[in-house]
Amino acid sequence: MRVALFITCVNDTLFPGTGRAVVTLLRRLGCDVEFPRAQTCCGQMHLNTGYPREGRRLARHFLDVFAGYDAVVAPSGSCAATVREQYPRLARAAAPSSAPVRASAAAPVRPPAPGAIADDGSAAFADAVAELVPKVRDLSEFLVDVLGVTDVGAYFPHRVTYHPTCHSLRGLRVGDRPIRLLERVRGLELVPLPAAEECCGFGGTFAVKNPAISAAMCADKARNVTATGAEVLCAADNSCLTHIGGTLSRQRTGVRTMHLAEILAATEGAR
Amino acid sequence: MSGRATFLGMPAFPVNAAAAVQDSQLRFNLRKATHTIRGRRASVVAEVPDWAELRAAGRQIKDHTLRNLERYLLRLEEAVTRAGGHVHWAADAREANRIVAGLVRATGETSVVKVKSMATQEIGLNEALAAEGITAYETDLAELIVQLGDDWPSHILVPAIHRNRSEIREIFLEKMAEWGRAAPEGLTDEPRALAEAARLHLRERFLSTKVAISGANFMIAETGTLVVLESEGNGRMCLTLPETLISVVGIEKLLPSWRDLEVFLQLLPRSSTGERMNPYTSTWTGAVEGQEFHLVLLDNGRTGVLADEVGRQALRCIRCSACLNVCPVYERAGGHAYGSVYPGPIGAILTPQLRGTTSDLDASLPYASTLCGACFDVCPVAIDIPEVLVHLRGRVRHPRAERLGMRAAGWVFDRQERLTRAERVAGRLRRFVPRRLPGPLSAWTETRDLPDIPPESFRDWWDRTDGGTR
Amino acid sequence: MNGRADGRELILSRIRAAVASAPDVEITRAYRTSGVPPEPVDLVELFAERVADYRAVVHVVEEEGVPAAIAAALALRGVGRPVVPDGLPPGWAPRETVTDDPPLGPAELDAAGGVVTGCAVAIAETGTIVLDAGPGQGRRALTLVPDYHLCVVRAGQIVAGVPQAVALLDPARPLTWISGPSATSDIELNRVEGVHGPRTLEVVIVR
Repeated sequence: MRVALFITCVNDTLFPGTGRAVVTLLRRLGCDVEFPRAQTCCGQMHLNTGYPREGRRLARHFLDVFAGYDAVVAPSGSCAATVREQYPRLARAAAPSSAPVRASAAAPVRPPAPGAIADDGSAAFADAVAELVPKVRDLSEFLVDVLGVTDVGAYFPHRVTYHPTCHSLRGLRVGDRPIRLLERVRGLELVPLPAAEECCGFGGTFAVKNPAISAAMCADKARNVTATGAEVLCAADNSCLTHIGGTLSRQRTGVRTMHLAEILAATEGAR
Repeated sequence: MSGRATFLGMPAFPVNAAAAVQDSQLRFNLRKATHTIRGRRASVVAEVPDWAELRAAGRQIKDHTLRNLERYLLRLEEAVTRAGGHVHWAADAREANRIVAGLVRATGETSVVKVKSMATQEIGLNEALAAEGITAYETDLAELIVQLGDDWPSHILVPAIHRNRSEIREIFLEKMAEWGRAAPEGLTDEPRALAEAARLHLRERFLSTKVAISGANFMIAETGTLVVLESEGNGRMCLTLPETLISVVGIEKLLPSWRDLEVFLQLLPRSSTGERMNPYTSTWTGAVEGQEFHLVLLDNGRTGVLADEVGRQALRCIRCSACLNVCPVYERAGGHAYGSVYPGPIGAILTPQLRGTTSDLDASLPYASTLCGACFDVCPVAIDIPEVLVHLRGRVRHPRAERLGMRAAGWVFDRQERLTRAERVAGRLRRFVPRRLPGPLSAWTETRDLPDIPPESFRDWWDRTDGGTR
Repeated sequence: MNGRADGRELILSRIRAAVASAPDVEITRAYRTSGVPPEPVDLVELFAERVADYRAVVHVVEEEGVPAAIAAALALRGVGRPVVPDGLPPGWAPRETVTDDPPLGPAELDAAGGVVTGCAVAIAETGTIVLDAGPGQGRRALTLVPDYHLCVVRAGQIVAGVPQAVALLDPARPLTWISGPSATSDIELNRVEGVHGPRTLEVVIVR
């Protein structure tokens, strides 16, 4: 089985430690993961902010880069959800009858590279989406469903609370997979997060377009996190963690944030 | 003063929301009410073993109706006419208001009682009637609170959700006398006492008013039947006692067959008030029990929504308001921030489609969401609200700085070499990132610290260590 | 009216253009249309429980006990002369009644102490009574304006769920579906019983 790591642009740039943790963890579980170097971004930011033309271009790039792998694992619920939820929509919308996209018409259109998927309006794009999308999985899905493990041999003697990010929960429907993984980490005390399923208020560009509401939502999330008495807030998406963590840090709560991969990669002697 | 005209010139959603979030009384009221109803909805939905199947059928029935809307509207027209009713067609708000005012004038009456109706709020009917010297009395308790308080509705189901019991008491004591029977002396803020005050205030009006105006939750094409769901009995009063009944209904409220009600009479009450069934549902076909009946079919932008392949699913909406009640943004911003009679997630996709996105407010509505998906989960007709939000974001005009930034980001992401270079630059400059960012990005650092930029990106680590093996 | 005809054609032509290329959708009705899973239940019991959930007063009696149950309920309520519709089974109503012939005006109905009716169908799962203005039920205003409604439901009229009720009802008749007394959720989204409709609903179920 050829497994590709889709690191995501946010993790690549800001949270390389999460990527290293995924590699360490998967290798420990006997899974050799490849890193296709041509990967960049799934297009989430452009698609969600209203720049479908750029988003579509990045989607095509993603499909090119990851074609041929048996599984693509991503340590980010929202990026995996972008591929799984939005790419099929792009494929549907690419039909010739769809309305022209106006807002970003000025963007340059790159001619397709040789051998690349020719045209986002073509059947090839839709076929590539249909082929690849079911293979893209969030880390917890990959561990539980593909590798069939819940005990990953981790050791992390700390009090932890888990925030199920919206796109993991309602987009990918990962259910209790992350909880099942955390429950089997030796030494870890998992404490439930009140109102866990409520959005933290990040929402990508929402955080800067609607800062007042975003901050109010995060203040409530931060209050719920500190109420648990946890030392560590865990989630499977560093975007949300940046938002909540940035607030927890500003408020000097002392609670630190860690990606699920980093906790699952931890063993005795580490940290 | 509720109605569309009132919202003209309102600032964009973020401005309204930022003001609303500072209002601690409002936030307390909204939080309490939305959390109460969330729990109730969840428990009555959980006890229906075939909820998913009902939801699927609800979605399909609505989609099928919309696809065949012309045929079913004509069938409805024929059935209503056959049953002694009169059918009118209104392409826009102005036409609908003109038709209704004309019908009321023809009766010689100068006052009408109203059943709560979103369609008549959307077209600003009360204001249009007032201009013709006709007073419209709202009879739903929440609408009464809004009308007496000279206020705007802030919720689809409970337009006065932003008011708590003591505020309602004050409005009743201050304003009821101006509109009719005064509030009882010594009125307390007990919900039971407030409901009693509304009963007394409206009783005589129900018994004497000759013309009523309603909307409808459903219209059945096959039989010409209209359906109104309500709780208080004000609907029954208006639908039953007056000599003339005028119903203004959006063309999307149609269902093909009588049988289809078996789906929607299960979906709507449980999603809306969180009850197994609402206290009263009235159905009538044409002119009944000696009444004169007029049906005004309203377009007012709906056919424009229908033409949008992605956006048309918003026309499935049965106005249950479950999406408002679970929305974390609505809970904090309140309904007024949306500047429309349709607030919350459904308003964020419906208003820009009905009104267009030329105003700052309407263009900001598709962004009034984190795309958290809670609305889609509870929608009884499975409107994928996040999908439509994203679709509409692609249609609005973006700020120039954002356009440039997005284009630059797209350019960087087009080639991994560019991304690699950008990451190295960031790594090198990491010590110079200020604690507070300038420009629009200052919105981030206002309440949050920035993460540290690492000296080395993941891809550079991978190359340097050959995937961690060196 | 000129504008009227124009509006109609305009709307219909817009619709035609809007959906010209849209695919049609098949309707699958995989939901329950009979029975109350998970296990078979006594419909009378379930109906009584669900109506009572909405704070209606509920009695379950045998056929011969109906007149006594009605008399007792009216006496307790202090209703001397209830309004009764045409076609109420003989023996159900007390000796002193108000009939709707000639039709009662709103003020007369408002002055009445209560109304006694039968019903067309009842739904166990939702605790709903449906009136169709048929014999023993009267026109809609009779069960609306008086502040007290006593409704007699025969066990044979109770169906399990909404689909069975919809199938039995005739849309040509004006229908009123009643689930408990008048109520509102408009104040802080909490349910309060008793607004404009009858504030007290009493149900006598005949086994």
